[in-house]
Amino acid sequence: MVRRAWLGLFLALTFLPLYWMVNMSLRTNQEIVSGFRLVPLDPTLANYRTIFTNPSWYGGYLNSLTYVAINTVLSVAVALPAAYAFSRYRFLGDKHLFFWLLTNRMSPAAVFLLPFLELYSSVGLFDTPLAVALAHTLFNVPLAVWILEGFMSGVPREIDETAYLDGFSFPRFFMRIFLPLVRTGVGVTAFFCFMFSWAELLFARTLTVVDAKPIAATMTRTVSAAGMDWGVLAAAGTLTLVPGGLVIWFVRNYIAKGFALGRV
Amino acid sequence: MSPHAKPRNERAWFLVLPVCVLVAFNALIPLMTVVNYSVQDIVSPDQRVFVGWEWFKSVLRDPELHAAFGRQVLFSVVVLAIELPLGLSVALCLPRGPGGSTWQASLCTVLIAMPLLVPWNVVGTIWQVFARTDIGLGGAVLTKLGVDYNYALDPVHAWGTVVVMDVWHWTPLVVLLCYAGLRAIPETYYGAAAVDGASRWAVFRYIELPRLSGVLTIGVLLRFMDSFVIYTEPFVLTGGGPGSSTTFLSQHLSTLAVGQFDLGRASAFSLIYFLPILIVCYVFYTLMTREERS
Repeated sequence: MVRRAWLGLFLALTFLPLYWMVNMSLRTNQEIVSGFRLVPLDPTLANYRTIFTNPSWYGGYLNSLTYVAINTVLSVAVALPAAYAFSRYRFLGDKHLFFWLLTNRMSPAAVFLLPFLELYSSVGLFDTPLAVALAHTLFNVPLAVWILEGFMSGVPREIDETAYLDGFSFPRFFMRIFLPLVRTGVGVTAFFCFMFSWAELLFARTLTVVDAKPIAATMTRTVSAAGMDWGVLAAAGTLTLVPGGLVIWFVRNYIAKGFALGRV
Repeated sequence: MSPHAKPRNERAWFLVLPVCVLVAFNALIPLMTVVNYSVQDIVSPDQRVFVGWEWFKSVLRDPELHAAFGRQVLFSVVVLAIELPLGLSVALCLPRGPGGSTWQASLCTVLIAMPLLVPWNVVGTIWQVFARTDIGLGGAVLTKLGVDYNYALDPVHAWGTVVVMDVWHWTPLVVLLCYAGLRAIPETYYGAAAVDGASRWAVFRYIELPRLSGVLTIGVLLRFMDSFVIYTEPFVLTGGGPGSSTTFLSQHLSTLAVGQFDLGRASAFSLIYFLPILIVCYVFYTLMTREERS
């Protein structure tokens, strides 16, 4: 009984701030500012309409989705063979390399801010989604390698050896036999790459000005520039929860594993 | 299977090559740039002077940095001290074993994980609209209760709000880690404890807690690392203020780097910032690889 109550209280407090944002997104700015109300008096979708009709708002979402998609595909694609190598073989400097990848996942983004600005300007990628996608590989590639390595180490090595004895070449074995065996891991990894790229603001904001401005930056800049349109801000925030909310059910058993870099 | 049994194969380098190229482009070039800047005084693009350790000395003597460092350590310690016991206590309440049906467990997991999926800047926005006294539920309730609460003006209130925000955001991670650890404990352990007539506390102290040491270690390290480099959430919520009361290391650094373009000082600071992170990473790495070997 006490357990239930404690759990219920925790969940209620978790959802209170989330509820409040959704609640605000359904009210007009006048109503928000004029009075305090637990339940919207006259729920309206006007704030969402603003977002879906104003290019500077929905463009932000499109920009974010573009670089997040590029980043996820790129991170998983390069991490797959590397994770296989780490889980199956010993090679010169493997431990140092694995550790170096970890330090990149953990390092503060602020350190890379200025060099990234110069690097991506000098290669002509500044203010493009590709620059943000590449910048996010700094932490997502190590993340993907670590998570995938955790999943791949759970697949018995006898499977590889049998396949090679049966005359499978490495690429054919990898695509036909091994990938289907670790498909859960690939899905979970893609989900986490997606989430971390979607959630990151510092690089995304610094590496873009106009053309590739992500939704996160649109939100902060609108707050400071055009006064406070709380309703639209809340609606924009609510919409950012949609992608994660859609897929979470499928990865429910792997959330802890993903955040713990595949080590749980 | 222990890593000792892995065959040696230098050709595996071809498989890790794409990762190396990509991460080297993203990590090595910028890092060298930082090292380069940290020992020079760049007056103009054509005029640069080698200054040796001067920037490092000046950064280490900077009282603002000392203050930011102090706040950072205090913040990390406070959130760890709250999130770990809280997360553990919630995880112990979750249904598990044959008694708790699986869909209930899944539903709880998904609901608890919700804050983890919120983009970090939106975490700031959520707490901004929640904690404001004029339009926010939390702020309004505190005001009704007679607390003269205003996180934008009072440093203590700002601190409290940032800590509560972080607890809200990241305690779910500790819950999920502990829950994963608890579910891995074999049912027979509890059976044996029941035969011995062990109290609930004894079960926790002598069965559950030792079995959770692995996930708790991961939890401590991850939460320390992430709170030590926190930037986005306080930036959106308080902007580091009032004054500089909630300016943590990352924000201090980004102000130096892209706010004031103080290249030398920012670069020297960056390299110093790396030190504690490398140490914690090393501890994490050692513990992880040791656990997998045993």
